[in-house]
Amino acid sequence: MSELRHTITLAVNGRSRTGAATARTTLVDFLRDELRLTGTHVGCEHGICGACSVMLDGAPVRSCLVFAVQVDGQSVTTVEGLCRDDGAPGVLQDSFCETHGLQCGYCTPGMLIAAQGLLQSGTAPTEADIREAISGNLCRCTGYQQIVDAVQLAARRLREGER
Amino acid sequence: MKAAAFEYFRAVGVDEACALLDRHGTDARVIAGGQSLVPMMAMRLIRPTVLVDIHRVDALRTRAMTHDAVAIRACVRQCEIERDAEVLARVPLLGKAFPWIGHQQTRNRGTIGGSLAHADPSAELPLVAATLGARLHARSAGGERTIDAARFFTGPMSTALTATECLAEVRLPVWPEHAVGTAFDEVAMRKGDFALVAVAAQVALDDAGRCTRLAFGVGGAAGSPAVFPALAGRLSGSDLTDHDITDAANEASRALDPMTDLHATADYRRHLARGLLARALVAARDEARAKVRR
Repeated sequence: MSELRHTITLAVNGRSRTGAATARTTLVDFLRDELRLTGTHVGCEHGICGACSVMLDGAPVRSCLVFAVQVDGQSVTTVEGLCRDDGAPGVLQDSFCETHGLQCGYCTPGMLIAAQGLLQSGTAPTEADIREAISGNLCRCTGYQQIVDAVQLAARRLREGER
Repeated sequence: MKAAAFEYFRAVGVDEACALLDRHGTDARVIAGGQSLVPMMAMRLIRPTVLVDIHRVDALRTRAMTHDAVAIRACVRQCEIERDAEVLARVPLLGKAFPWIGHQQTRNRGTIGGSLAHADPSAELPLVAATLGARLHARSAGGERTIDAARFFTGPMSTALTATECLAEVRLPVWPEHAVGTAFDEVAMRKGDFALVAVAAQVALDDAGRCTRLAFGVGGAAGSPAVFPALAGRLSGSDLTDHDITDAANEASRALDPMTDLHATADYRRHLARGLLARALVAARDEARAKVRR
């Protein structure tokens, strides 16, 4: 049986992007395989690890738990959308570098999106707020402390007016 | 870890969704937020050949207040209720349960109705609905009906809904008493993970501090949430002393028929239920006591 391919248009990182996918294609596979945005990582593929987190209409979701066809017409921000206009790392990304908030980097795109979700609702999170925000994201390298440090550093830099 | 092929329909209205379910019967599943359904499809625990997507049905995305209930339509997202001060003020047990539900990424997409219709035995929202005696409204091509929570949850991942019915709304009762206290507690292997045991409690006291109404329930222990209306009824009119609470927690935990799995034995689940229930009932009572008008 040849499966029907649906035409799907998304606003990805502010640009309209169109591709085709079968109904069972998850949003993360659509972003990576069809739109060639490979910054978002595929981890467990069943909603446990958080590596595939993206912003859907401004709020972090797990893109392995969304079929691309469901979100036709909606807007998505991936990790590629967190950089500055010139392609240099944004404040949050740079803070991860500064505090060694990553080692292997597999969880990093999901961690960045989860942290971005937190920081866009306020730039004075407590450590507990940060740990809660990243509680749906697994990291097997850092022990999480440097990730918490990174988000605290980014929050401070944003409070000080850096953009 | 990829779902099997299926045919996808996005319904624009409840009638269209019901017509699709009527046409496809047991081959079809309803999808809303998909936060429980998609993992099961990815693991091929279920292989529906048709998905009826209701998450953009505007008529299913509203909530309404009546004098004695909060009515939440099925596709309202969990994150929307989590931030709705009016709903949480009227059904404070929901506010106590939310911190235990999944993670920000799943609450941003998961719906209230989806969690209820999925009926995972360890899920928090079915426990809240069962504890409060919610009423669930289902639609189908043939009509509509309202089901009491006590009859809605029939076992692990199973409900009284038939293959052609779509859950449209849940009505959570509002307790009008002045001094109402609530508590929710849970033990899981990790924060946000499936509950080994979860408990919910709601207590109302009169101006003399006597219990006028009490409801409590246990999730995660058995196939569906366990509630204890007869036991709770016996305690109304009492002072709800620590001793009353210990007795109630003992009796309730003895009445459970918990499951044993890789994560916990039946005995351990019963032990957790007893301890958590006693703690939650004390917390709910003390919260209500602080509101009693002297």
